[in-house]
Amino acid sequence: MIRYLIPLGLFILLVAFLAFGLKLDPREVPSPLIGKPAPAFELPLLADPSRKFSPAEMKGKVWMLNVWASWCVTCREEHPVLLQFAKSGSVPLYGLDWKDQNADALRWLARYDNPYTLTVADADGRVGIDYGVYGAPETYLIDKAGVIRYKQIGAVTPDALQQKILPLVRELQQQ
Amino acid sequence: MIPELGHFSLILALCIAAIQGVVPLIGAHRNSTGWMALARPAARAQFLTVALAFACLMQAFIANDFSVLYVADHSNSQLPVVYRAAAVWGGHEGSLLLWMLMLAGWTLAVSAFSRTLPLAMVARVIGVLGLVSFGFLLFILITSNPFERLLPAAADGRDLNPLLQDPGLVIHPPMLYMGYVGFSVAFAFAIAALLSGQLDAAWARWSRPWTLTAWIFLTCGIMLGSGWAYYTLGWGGWWFWDPVENASFMPWLVGTALVHSLAVTEKRGAFKNWTVLLAIGAFSLSLLGTFLVRSGVLTSVHAFATDPRRGIFILCLLSVVIGSSLLLFAWRAPKVGLGGRFALLSRETLLLTNNVLLLVAAASVLLGTLYPLIVDALGLGKISVGPPYFQAVFVPLMVPLLFLIGLGPSSRWKDSPPKEMLARIRIAIPIAIVGGLSLPLAAGNWTPLISLGLMLALWILAATVLDIRRRIAAGLDSIPRAFWGMHLAHLGIAVFVVGVTLVKGYETEKDVRMEPGDTVAMGGYTLRFMGVRDTPGPNYKAATGTLELSKDGKVLRTLSPEKRTYFSQEMPMTEAAIDTGVTRDVYVALGNPIDPPDGKGAWSVRVHYKPFVDWIWGGCLLMALGGFLAASDRRYRIGSAAPAGTSASIQGAGA
Repeated sequence: MIRYLIPLGLFILLVAFLAFGLKLDPREVPSPLIGKPAPAFELPLLADPSRKFSPAEMKGKVWMLNVWASWCVTCREEHPVLLQFAKSGSVPLYGLDWKDQNADALRWLARYDNPYTLTVADADGRVGIDYGVYGAPETYLIDKAGVIRYKQIGAVTPDALQQKILPLVRELQQQ
Repeated sequence: MIPELGHFSLILALCIAAIQGVVPLIGAHRNSTGWMALARPAARAQFLTVALAFACLMQAFIANDFSVLYVADHSNSQLPVVYRAAAVWGGHEGSLLLWMLMLAGWTLAVSAFSRTLPLAMVARVIGVLGLVSFGFLLFILITSNPFERLLPAAADGRDLNPLLQDPGLVIHPPMLYMGYVGFSVAFAFAIAALLSGQLDAAWARWSRPWTLTAWIFLTCGIMLGSGWAYYTLGWGGWWFWDPVENASFMPWLVGTALVHSLAVTEKRGAFKNWTVLLAIGAFSLSLLGTFLVRSGVLTSVHAFATDPRRGIFILCLLSVVIGSSLLLFAWRAPKVGLGGRFALLSRETLLLTNNVLLLVAAASVLLGTLYPLIVDALGLGKISVGPPYFQAVFVPLMVPLLFLIGLGPSSRWKDSPPKEMLARIRIAIPIAIVGGLSLPLAAGNWTPLISLGLMLALWILAATVLDIRRRIAAGLDSIPRAFWGMHLAHLGIAVFVVGVTLVKGYETEKDVRMEPGDTVAMGGYTLRFMGVRDTPGPNYKAATGTLELSKDGKVLRTLSPEKRTYFSQEMPMTEAAIDTGVTRDVYVALGNPIDPPDGKGAWSVRVHYKPFVDWIWGGCLLMALGGFLAASDRRYRIGSAAPAGTSASIQGAGA
């Protein structure tokens, strides 16, 4: 008798997870990194691996770091928003190409247009771990002192941009 | 007035579903012929009321009745009439109503094509379907009423999502739903068998054509969805492992396992509990797919607008339907006897292996789809699972399965001496190995994966031809359609594998900047860019590019890819232009205008050369055709045929 209950048991477990999942917003995650200095790194540029970029170069500027990948479907969804944001030129937007092949990423940028001032390649995802990246896309807003002030999990939506990111950008730029 | 009529008709359908779900089941339990006889008329009334509601909604769309909220949200007066009709299933409420119409249609079909079945069986099957209908109707009426009014009416509608304005989408959802919902019949048969305790070969024979028909629709639905993604999303890919695609693929995998397992139950009386479990599983995954798509627990490109009440309601529905079936299974299954014995090497063993592989594949897809949710629920953070996971897990599972396809038909039931099997398919081995190794060399680019893919495809082809030849030698008259169906479907797999392997191995793509007059060469073809002009559409404006496709200096045809901007949305849409061929596709999509001020009209253009890509869908079509041949086999149409092999007992009508 017991072994015939196994499917039911597995199903109840699944329902428990699904019920729990209903309460969660897949896009909202608190980050322990908010208010902490952005982890340092030095990574090769996607377009020119012989050159390197480090966040230390950005001291004194408010900037945004967007984690993306060519295999990431949601990144494609958020892309028009980023393009528009980059055109507005309010703060520089840097890209972190996460766990991706360089050739794929370059093709992706050529195809969908490039909103990034520059993109660095984090092929093995090490820097992603330092930044607590859960999945692409994620976006970090970093202030003049190099402190992470905001993190967007999932796509940057026009709403999030207008209501959260842009007001914060203005505030940070005045500091 | 007409929307209210539709609403009223749905309420009526709910009442009928309550009767249909209760009275025949009690009747079957009490052995009361009168109560059982209510099943068929109830099924007919159910179909009529749901069809009337559906017709009312369609009328609201065609007549541009923007005082109906759902119509105002998903249609527009400029939308061509075909798409206005298809917009009925362009959103959540309408697709549920379509789902319900399909369920009522399947129930009607069961009531019409079950003359040879015992009345108690028919009553139970229709009763179970009635209970499922009741749940879905309640869901529609409580959380997703498509007839809700918008007063005052909107001046014009918000338009249908441009991605969905495509001929492929007019038929893709109905096909897919026919498949999803069709598994409810296999499910109802399984539950009816558990209720009656008559889990036997006769039950398997009744279930088989229904299961096959649902499987055919699901195969076609997935094929259309994949083809639609290929030419409208403009990425040139044909499968993305998106949660919604996975939601349709999981029932397909389990349904395929079920089709094979039913064969064992029918022929040998074995695997009965297993088959019942698969039938419950296939339908459960269809329901789970609905939950995943509608509840917003996962993020997907297909995500529908979410409403927390809907998620909770579907989860409850899911729990009640699947939970109670599994409970019934746990109660009844221990009493079911084992079937015929079989040796370690026999067709039964091979089919069991096939089942295990398919089920593990479905489980791995389920795990990959739900993993972000589970990790999140356990408080371990958020992750996303992408194509790398699915490819890494799925491909190794498919290799042994493809190998088995060649082996299975050459084996015998009960006991299959290895010597005999080897003798039957010996020639296929060198054909596969030599062909698989040498063909990629001839094509100029050898990689282990291309070689392996071709080897497996050739293996299936050779083994199939050998089996057909042997069967013909044994006498052509006695070959049933199901035999041809099986082999056609297996050949479909081989064709599919060739397509996937060669596209993956040999496709090339270029992103180029082109000015009028520029040419780009690819795969022996030359494309000359003639320029881009503006063309008006009914509810969009388009930039249409003109490219001349030529080979060896001879112009073959003109390709016109488009970039459309729909008036109601800002997002531009890519319409690729494809020159389709048996051995290759040339695929052109317009990128963006590159605007230096000189006004030369340069555009970024993306060109793909995709060898054998159409074999992917051709293979699916062959599988569906094979399924059709098998489902139309004579033995399903003749009455309660003689039990095959085992002690199948058929309950008499009303007994």
